[in-house]
Amino acid sequence: MASRARPLSVIHWTGAAMVALVVLCVLVPLGAVMARADWPPSLGPGDWAAIRFTLLQAALSALFSLALAIPVARALARRSFRGRGALVTLMGAPFLLPVIVAVLGLLAVFGRAGWLNDALAGVGLGRIDIYGLQGVVLAHVFLNLPLAVRLILQGWQANPAERMRLATALGFSAREMRRHFEGPLLRAVLPGAGLLIFLICTTSFAVALILGGGPRATTVELAIYQAFRFDFDLGRAALLGLIQVAICVTAGVLAFGAIRRQEVGAGLDRPALPWPGDRAWARLFDAAAIMAAALFLLLPMLAVALKGLPALPSLPPQVWAAALRSIFLALASTMLAVALALPIALLTARLARPGLVEMLAFLTIAVSPLVIGTGLFIVIRSIANPVALALPVTGLVNALVALPFILRALVPAAITAEATQGRLADALGMGGLARLRHAILPRLARPLGFGAGLAAAFSMGDLGVIALFSMPGQGTLPLEMYRLMGAYRTDDAQGAALLLMALTLGLFWLFDRGGRLDAATR
Amino acid sequence: MKHTIMAAGLSVVAGAAFAQSPVLTVYTYDSFVSDWGPGPAIEAAFEAQCACDLQFVGAGDGAALLARLRLEGDATEADIVLGLDTNLTASARATGLFAAHGITPEGLTLPVAWDDAEFLPFDWGYFAFVHRTDLANVPTSFEALAASDISIVIQDPRSSTPGLGLLMWVQAAHGDNAAAIWEGLADNIVTVTPGWSEAYGLFLEGEADMVLSYTTSPAYHLIAEEDAGYTAAAFDEGHYMQIEVAGQLAGSDQPELAKAFLEFMLSPAFQEVIPMTNWMYPAALDPAALPDGFESLIAPAKALLVAQDEAPAIRDAALATWQAALAR
Repeated sequence: MASRARPLSVIHWTGAAMVALVVLCVLVPLGAVMARADWPPSLGPGDWAAIRFTLLQAALSALFSLALAIPVARALARRSFRGRGALVTLMGAPFLLPVIVAVLGLLAVFGRAGWLNDALAGVGLGRIDIYGLQGVVLAHVFLNLPLAVRLILQGWQANPAERMRLATALGFSAREMRRHFEGPLLRAVLPGAGLLIFLICTTSFAVALILGGGPRATTVELAIYQAFRFDFDLGRAALLGLIQVAICVTAGVLAFGAIRRQEVGAGLDRPALPWPGDRAWARLFDAAAIMAAALFLLLPMLAVALKGLPALPSLPPQVWAAALRSIFLALASTMLAVALALPIALLTARLARPGLVEMLAFLTIAVSPLVIGTGLFIVIRSIANPVALALPVTGLVNALVALPFILRALVPAAITAEATQGRLADALGMGGLARLRHAILPRLARPLGFGAGLAAAFSMGDLGVIALFSMPGQGTLPLEMYRLMGAYRTDDAQGAALLLMALTLGLFWLFDRGGRLDAATR
Repeated sequence: MKHTIMAAGLSVVAGAAFAQSPVLTVYTYDSFVSDWGPGPAIEAAFEAQCACDLQFVGAGDGAALLARLRLEGDATEADIVLGLDTNLTASARATGLFAAHGITPEGLTLPVAWDDAEFLPFDWGYFAFVHRTDLANVPTSFEALAASDISIVIQDPRSSTPGLGLLMWVQAAHGDNAAAIWEGLADNIVTVTPGWSEAYGLFLEGEADMVLSYTTSPAYHLIAEEDAGYTAAAFDEGHYMQIEVAGQLAGSDQPELAKAFLEFMLSPAFQEVIPMTNWMYPAALDPAALPDGFESLIAPAKALLVAQDEAPAIRDAALATWQAALAR
């Protein structure tokens, strides 16, 4: 491949430095916790059961999220209808919600006193019980299906329109489309998306416990809580953190090992055409898939909105102040995350085995926030007062955790851009910044907007490490919402949850739209 | 980013301005420092009399607070730690970080005697199952609850103080029979949540008939929401207590100020803030001075409490029992 013959430039070395920085940001805190521990650390009796349950629920959650996302993404890719853009944005919301809000929304629909059970009882049918492994998987699918749909959709949209034109001209049937078109595409997109969702689910704690129905649903993250708070066994907490690193690396090798560099089709960036091989039953199937997904994802959000609406106009001023603080924090985190992600993505696109570098960046979501937060606390304490740095540290950690999402959106597009426009630029003798600006970056606008939107929304909605460092008057919106809940002020908390949902979605929409605007005008 | 840097810069400037008056740093749990908790009123009241700057630092809940303190060790900036309970005091004492307070508390209104060289209580409450007043066949004991089909939501003892309180309650009330009680309760438990907020939220959404909380919880609904529709179930075997305490650090650079704060803590100016912000019973306030509505709460016939120094061993055994009974 021509690109491999070219020497790595400054931007690529920057990318390598960024990867090193990210890995250090995970390993140094882990090491700091380890250094404070009694030697040798050992696991507790329930820890292996926790590891097994964590792997099982995460694998099932990733599997179901992908399986359900494929028909939805395909339907969204090949159908256009009024309100499609709004639907795509809205359907992304569950992923952006703070966990407890999502859980309460989900329970309003699927819980014992939820709409579904009320409806079932109304027609004389038995009740469904959400609590158990099925509930854990259901909740994780609810939270991650939107991410899976968007990542697969992204892959679909990256396909050059010229190929579709060719397929139409050749009169491709649905089966031929699957074989020559969707098959390779899914093989390229699914491992990365699956890995991301799997890793998110491995650090799940509140969702797994609440919907799992009890201590059977103990995850590694809860075992870390126990080690840290209950037994103050730092060694065990750090060891469990190391096991999370091992899980991430193993899963990464398995997932990215499945990806081979493939021939990338070059095109002229035109919008897609009608789908070849379309049939009436396919249209029906697509409509059903979109409707089912919309109901599943939007009903719990509707519940959150309905509950929050009455309190929204009379929210206490502290909530608005916290909202403003959260918006600034989210914007800062996003800028930082983009600055980290762009060089890493460009470096990754130039490597023969792109998955390995990306996997290292995934460590930031695979390792316990409690362990990382505690480690950072130990490290920062040796040089400064961590309480005074609460907001900047929260911003940094949010940026690190958002990094994998941006990368997953950027890397496939960067590989495509390198293989197509990059090749053209090389032939023209374009180099350095000019090559980056004219050949590569325009192809990254859409995924960059999407990735930055995810980062901003994530940073907005995540409780993050601020809870470990908190000080009066510094609370972020999610923290204030939890504080309202903890002070019995349920109505205000629901209003704050709605505000959080609206702001998060708004931020995501702005970034995502920004990326798409650019792409649409060409 | 600019704003966070500015905010950090401002707090440095603010710190410098206060450098003249001595700073008293109090570590406490997060809900104490929040705008809806007792923190702001107490800070104002103490600063009005101490010529000092009282700074609260929040850290999760009681157990997280102790973990934070252990993490910092001798180097901690804390002068006072406020918000541990008697399940944690033995471990806290064992760190050797706390100093004797040298105060003989007067007028304590706890239902149990208090004699402790390092820790002084500031509030207390009884754990109880809270339910709506229209619930039929309210159980009057753990056995009755286990035999009923009433659903409950509880907290995980590993991540929540009330969750641990329930564990100690069953253990203190039923001892060797605790395992059987938990096995009986297993089918009543809808789910177990990481913290109090999630459990209470689930209960309010109608996911369970009862939630583990405090006998004082109905007072919030009655006083703040003017809703008399909530009450707590009185259990014949008695109710386990949570006594929340504070202590001063041996390494404090403001020992006089710290002692003054502990004395202030037992005075009406502090104690009167507690009932309607922390929704607990103040530890040193005449019951007649409690806000209207508190008289309507259930008064357990028997107060249960495990001795502080026995708590760690009982806690570990009780957790093993709980996990074994519910892990089926």
